[in-house]
Amino acid sequence: MDTMPKWADVILTPLISLVLAMAISALVILAIGESPVVALTTMIDGALGSSYGWGFTLYYATNFIFTGLAVMVAYHASLFNIGGEGQAAMGGLGVALVLLYLPLPHWALALPAAMIGAAAFGAAWALVPAWLQAKRGSHIVITTIMFNFIAAAALNYVLVNLLRPVGSMDPASGRFPESTHLPKLSDMALALGFEWGRNTPVNISFFVAVIACILVWLLIWRSRLGFEIRAFGKSEPAALYAGINPVRITVIAMLISGGLAGLMAINSVMGEAERLVLNAVEGAGFIGIAVALMGRNHPLGIVLAALLFGFLYQGGGELALWTSIPRELIIVIQALVILFTGALDNMVRMPLERIFLAMRNRGS
Amino acid sequence: MDATVQNGGRPAAAAPAAIELRGISKSFGPVQANRDIDLRVEKGTIHGIIGENGAGKSTLMSILYGFYKPDAGEIRLGGRPMTITDSQAAIRAGIGMVFQHFKLVQNFTVLENIILGAEDGRLLRPSLSRARGVLRQLARDYELNVDPDETIEELSVGHQQRVEILKALYRRADILILDEPTGVLTPAEADHLFRILRGLRDEGKTIVLITHKLREIMEITDTVSVMRRGEMVASVKTAETSPEGLAELMVGRKVLLNVHKAPARPGQAVLEVCNLKIVDDTGVERLRGIDLTIRAGEILGIAGVSGNGQTQLLEVLGGYPEKGSTLSGEIRVNGTLLSLSGRTCNAAERRRRGIGHIPEDRQVEGLILDFAAWENVAFGYHDAPEYSRGPLMDHDAIRRDAAAKIQRFDVRPPNCYLAARNFSGGNQQKIVVAREIERNPDLLLIGQPTRGVDIGAIEFIHKRIVDLRDAGKAILLVSVELDEIMSLSDRIAVMFDGRIMGERLPADTTASELGLLMAGVDPTFRQPEPLTQDP
Repeated sequence: MDTMPKWADVILTPLISLVLAMAISALVILAIGESPVVALTTMIDGALGSSYGWGFTLYYATNFIFTGLAVMVAYHASLFNIGGEGQAAMGGLGVALVLLYLPLPHWALALPAAMIGAAAFGAAWALVPAWLQAKRGSHIVITTIMFNFIAAAALNYVLVNLLRPVGSMDPASGRFPESTHLPKLSDMALALGFEWGRNTPVNISFFVAVIACILVWLLIWRSRLGFEIRAFGKSEPAALYAGINPVRITVIAMLISGGLAGLMAINSVMGEAERLVLNAVEGAGFIGIAVALMGRNHPLGIVLAALLFGFLYQGGGELALWTSIPRELIIVIQALVILFTGALDNMVRMPLERIFLAMRNRGS
Repeated sequence: MDATVQNGGRPAAAAPAAIELRGISKSFGPVQANRDIDLRVEKGTIHGIIGENGAGKSTLMSILYGFYKPDAGEIRLGGRPMTITDSQAAIRAGIGMVFQHFKLVQNFTVLENIILGAEDGRLLRPSLSRARGVLRQLARDYELNVDPDETIEELSVGHQQRVEILKALYRRADILILDEPTGVLTPAEADHLFRILRGLRDEGKTIVLITHKLREIMEITDTVSVMRRGEMVASVKTAETSPEGLAELMVGRKVLLNVHKAPARPGQAVLEVCNLKIVDDTGVERLRGIDLTIRAGEILGIAGVSGNGQTQLLEVLGGYPEKGSTLSGEIRVNGTLLSLSGRTCNAAERRRRGIGHIPEDRQVEGLILDFAAWENVAFGYHDAPEYSRGPLMDHDAIRRDAAAKIQRFDVRPPNCYLAARNFSGGNQQKIVVAREIERNPDLLLIGQPTRGVDIGAIEFIHKRIVDLRDAGKAILLVSVELDEIMSLSDRIAVMFDGRIMGERLPADTTASELGLLMAGVDPTFRQPEPLTQDP
């Protein structure tokens, strides 16, 4: 029997975890002699208090939606893809190659082409671990994390030796052609006659991310492939009994997962940097794991969790800018949120289940 | 040091009961597993506890063994009130438990397993030599012979069970609880176990036997308690009751223990298996040349102790032989040769050829426990056109179909949104049976159709299997329950060590003859030993 109503499981547990993480963060801030109240208001002001703050928060959230969805799809096949970082980095390479070497006269053409490049490179990077897992039983956690390092090294080589413009000292590609720059949300607001989020990086990729959420939801909960992915993820012997091919499902789920992680590059590489730089992913691949965990591996939850982490990223940046709280402490706060919502989930869930049980017993 | 046996096997009228439970209640959330249970087990007796799955037998014994804390009630052992907080306390109080699934370290020797957790000190050698002495004594007293230096993985299931009993006796258990001890034994092994238990009883030990097999209760127990839906409904002397009476008490209504079926009218051959062999990835030959034919309208029962190749046979026929195994031989269904390897050897392809399959383990293979009942009704047939709407699945159509099937198979509760996990064993099995039978397959593979299923559901499932046969379908029935094989099958084949030892007609054979075949002895070549088993 389910001991808790669904709303408690989906909303109450992460919320309590979040409050606990914030409480401990407050203690840490107190311990270094700063005011938690000031810190919190600074973060809220900086991330949500203006359209400028929102512009950055949404930009970060877009990255996290893609990497969160990537973790989620693999998770439903019971595959723990922690290679989002490497797959997103490779997605960036795909975007750069498409935009630098294909003549694309308009962003409306460049966007789908770059999406194909990003998804194909990300998926290709997930293919080898997937194949090794399916055929050889090499554990996907180990192989995907190794592939993160390989991706970083490979990208370093490509940028320094192949893509760096002649004469540049910077390990980065040349700028993408003007015609391929994606419209920013601020530009779109201006076209509609009002000013919103000037000089913020959030761009049309945000809508691509939202569409991706809907498509992933359809895939996992409405399609035959999603049914097979979920069944395989719950029980491999049962999948075999039902005629589901484990090799096929493992490979396909990882291809989709890698593709989604790669798609992050259209936001960060194409939409923001407009060239390929070293370490364009900036840890978003790993944040995706926390986002998927906190979002209960559901697209709606992932959007909410991505917004939370976007807020933490942007608010944290503001904190470093306006207070004497060091940048490192912001990482501590983010880590606490991950710790409480992900790893220590049961610490909150089990007492909560007991409370609900007691309430129900008293009621009956 | 605990006190050892005090008053031998003498019946002591005034002596306090070995176990006395008063008003034990335990609930898990909204489920009341035990309600106000009273139980009295006299010293030096074998007491049976019988009841359907989910009746609360295991919960009650887990309370006695310290796994659960009762919400209310009192436990008295030998007249003294006890609080048993954990299994260590239970062992100290002289209770030993033999679980259905053994708790042995596979690559330790018998001796090492026996002292595990009961070592005398930091050094193993003194404990080991002491245990060796005790073991020799126990083996002599109770026919409990096992080689102390053999590793567990080398032992047969029957011997592993003896190790479990020895473990309990080594810890000076006066009360021995056995949970479904004969589920994995051949009839001969079960007989041996019963001899051991009688010997222990005669030495003054108290034995509690949890089972759902009425025949065992009648054969070995002195007294029996019947549980139904968390309550103790009766406690009687075994000699004063009958199997029919107990079954009625368990289910709460009259039950037909025997299957009524008309004689089979076999038609065309549906399944033809010719010289089928499987070598697994470690080089062990699992099937050593199986030949079988099943005709339309007949049930072929395969008897045998589990682990003699039945699982491999079902898996090959079902389209998913174990990874890395090598197959040879031929399988034909309705005259068409089935592929034994490669892309076309999978369960989906087999279903397209009209083969249905009720797998041996419904919880691991047959169902996705976290999926709702309606999703499980589509499981394996999820690409059927009537379940599809364009590229997506038609959830409404599946739910309508599932609700109808659930109603026709009397699955309770009739709620197709409930996760499979939340149904009882019998109702889970009904979901699987409904899914496979309602597809009207030409050939139905059935593995252990009623394992862990309550009597009421057994009756229902048996009837549906016979109905399918009468509709002219071929059925392969694998079961370790000899009663089930004998009452359902039109022909019986006995498997031993990857071979068919022989085929018999149910009318022309006896349980003891099948028991010998199951142990690998062909009675036509040897004088059959008399077994103390009812025909």
